[in-house]
Amino acid sequence: MRPRWETALEWAIEWIIRLCGVSAILFVLGIFFFVFREGSGYLFHGFNPVQFFTSIEWYPTSQSNVRYGVLALIAGTASVTLLAMAIAVPFGLGAAIFISEFCTGKWRESIKVVIELLAAIPSVVWGFIGLTVMNPLIIKIFNAPIGLNVLNGGIILALMSVPIIVSIGEDALKAVPDSYREAALALGATRWQLVYRVLLPAAKNGLLAAVLLGVGRAVGETMAVLMATGHAIKIPTSPLDSVRTLTATIAAELGEAPVHSQHYQVLFIIGILLFIITFAVNLLADLAVKGIKGK
Amino acid sequence: MQKAVEIRDLTVRYGATTALKGVSLDIPRHEIFGIIGPAQSGKSTLLKVINRTLEMKPDATLEGQVLVEGKNIHQIKDVTQLRRLVGMVAPLPVGLPLSIYENVAFAPRKAGLRDRAKLDQRVEKCLRQAALWDEVKDRLDSLGTKLSGGQQQRLTIARALSHEPRILCLDEFSIAIDPVTTMRIEEVLKELRSQVTIILVTNLVQQARRLASQTAFLLNGELVEFGPTDQLFSEQPASRKTYEYVRGIFG
Amino acid sequence: MTFGETKLGRKKRRNEAIAKVVFLGMALSMILPLVLIVGYLFHQAWPILSLDFLTAMPRRGMRDGGIWPALLGTFYLVTISLVIATPIGVAAAIYLNEYSRDNWFTRLIHLAVVNLAGVPSIVHALFGLGAFVMFAHLGRSILAASLTLAIMTLPVIIASTKEALASVPMAFREACWSVGATRWQTIRGIVLPNSISGILTGIILQVSRAAGETAPIMFTGAVFYKAIPEGRLFAYGLFDQCMALSMHLFTISTQVPEVPPALPFGTAVVLVMTVLLVNAASIALRAWLRSRKKW
Repeated sequence: MRPRWETALEWAIEWIIRLCGVSAILFVLGIFFFVFREGSGYLFHGFNPVQFFTSIEWYPTSQSNVRYGVLALIAGTASVTLLAMAIAVPFGLGAAIFISEFCTGKWRESIKVVIELLAAIPSVVWGFIGLTVMNPLIIKIFNAPIGLNVLNGGIILALMSVPIIVSIGEDALKAVPDSYREAALALGATRWQLVYRVLLPAAKNGLLAAVLLGVGRAVGETMAVLMATGHAIKIPTSPLDSVRTLTATIAAELGEAPVHSQHYQVLFIIGILLFIITFAVNLLADLAVKGIKGK
Repeated sequence: MQKAVEIRDLTVRYGATTALKGVSLDIPRHEIFGIIGPAQSGKSTLLKVINRTLEMKPDATLEGQVLVEGKNIHQIKDVTQLRRLVGMVAPLPVGLPLSIYENVAFAPRKAGLRDRAKLDQRVEKCLRQAALWDEVKDRLDSLGTKLSGGQQQRLTIARALSHEPRILCLDEFSIAIDPVTTMRIEEVLKELRSQVTIILVTNLVQQARRLASQTAFLLNGELVEFGPTDQLFSEQPASRKTYEYVRGIFG
Repeated sequence: MTFGETKLGRKKRRNEAIAKVVFLGMALSMILPLVLIVGYLFHQAWPILSLDFLTAMPRRGMRDGGIWPALLGTFYLVTISLVIATPIGVAAAIYLNEYSRDNWFTRLIHLAVVNLAGVPSIVHALFGLGAFVMFAHLGRSILAASLTLAIMTLPVIIASTKEALASVPMAFREACWSVGATRWQTIRGIVLPNSISGILTGIILQVSRAAGETAPIMFTGAVFYKAIPEGRLFAYGLFDQCMALSMHLFTISTQVPEVPPALPFGTAVVLVMTVLLVNAASIALRAWLRSRKKW
């Protein structure tokens, strides 16, 4: 027979494992709770949601005229994200198609390795590249007064979100049964036609998930946009305008805001907003992926 | 005489599909008991019920009573006790990614046997019983997964014997191995019959005829008939369906 | 009669070739940035790269000298965060892959893991500040920053560990159960030994991720400058604040005026090479393991 202490130990280990299994839920709730807790004082006393969402005036440290309007910041996040997606989606999906349909063996493996490495470059380094490489380049090419703007941030964010779009997109294409490909080719379709008429429609849920995860990554990115988009709090009218995103605002101002001041609490409210946005985006992506598996 | 396994009104469902319908069956001790029937007739499910691995399937539900060595299996608190009573050999050989020695020593170790000499003894005995000892005695340290299919299946049988079960269940053991090895294992089973009760699920009716003293015929989850093997293979079994199945008219 | 090439056939072949080139271009457009970036960083940093740069203190208000305290700080943060995250993450993955049944609760945990992975890094920073620095009274310290990083890396460790566990064939588990081994004995005896290498690969990848993060440590424990005794490995305590490579790069490239350009480039090279080497090591390990599977 097994000694008693061994069965007892096993019992204890299994309970620890169960506890850790539940921990993910606790952490998500914990994140929401603590961010909410720090922002709640102002959120329930004096917070003006109409002004918060509709005003472009963000004067958190003004002595006489304090304003907490995040519309310009939302516009900043949206403009940079949109531009990034406009670049990253075609390139990312194109690369995913190339890897899964036109590539074999060693090539495929090597490209995937490079994409993995690209994904590993830290966001602060991307920001640094925006600052030191893109900035002078944009000034030179577009004759712009400053190179830290939507264009700069958009390109940097595109490079950062391409890897995730590629890897999830490739998974989605791989999930399309080979019989579809064989049937299409047997009917005399070219590979173009195969991609447009067969693969894209068949993998559309997975590709949608890939794009959504890319959006999630772009919205939540902090250091790169903090360093590459300039610090102008306004609604951009051209890609060469400087902007400030939601994430960059928290990163730039939290250090200076006195703990538990109104300004500090508003920054946490922006955090809640970000949490909700990315939660929704990830949920949608997850549902899209489940969609493929369900079929 | 006490029965090795007694099954009363056993019904098993996977979700909405019924795998076994009201099966009642007695399996006597120290014999080879054959279970035949076409694919999807519920043979493997029956074995999964006996060692309660059915519980590992999330959507399976079960009604009825099963007694193994006189004990109601659903009243056994520690399911590992039951599984040590029942050795199980799956259709495809599974050598664990351990050395040959550790493959056989795995179960006794997990049951608490630590004495190295006794382990050595047990490993040798089981490998001999499975007619594998002579082939592997010089390389007990090599990986079990690197053996040939037929050797792995005998290793699986040795492992199934390693916890000294009272009942040995074999589920279509010959499906992935060559005829020569199959014949060798059949010889092994004839040897073992005096020590353990053997339940032999097979899709080869002639295998049941060669080995089993009693045979049951399952069809679509229902027990068509069971009795002495000679009876089932005679010109007049109880059911017309049995006659047609054992002669290959369907199935 | 011979089968000459028809007009349609020629057109088809040309289309095929164009498709291949276009998609190849898209894939290359991602490889190129990686090569260019690393090359450019090295080129700019060349004058300053030396062993001394790694082991010396910053001098003259971080306008001269080396990066020793930042290097050591990053090492501390990464090590401690992984020591915290690994056991929890691996146990959670074991729960999800080996114990959980397919029900609503398990789906809830999956959802939590997916969303935890999508939480923006700056929101993690807010959480770390609210939960560890404020609520748990750890103050801004290495411990608080490491805990924040740990929760950030947790979902990825869970995902990669789960994948490694799932690669162990179900038949092995069934074989163990049927000889009377308990669930835990099966996991301990067969599942873990055969997936440990895959699990390790996933954890190593997190080294590079944790090393590159800036936002989560900015407000929870990392500081612009901290003097420590040169050449001592145990220069930081758990409750000290510390410098970090990523933070240092941000600081000297945006906050400190008149820094000689080679200095931030040198820091960026060290940071990028650290994460790339760690990633490359993990990729190599993965390839090597694939070549010596036991079944």
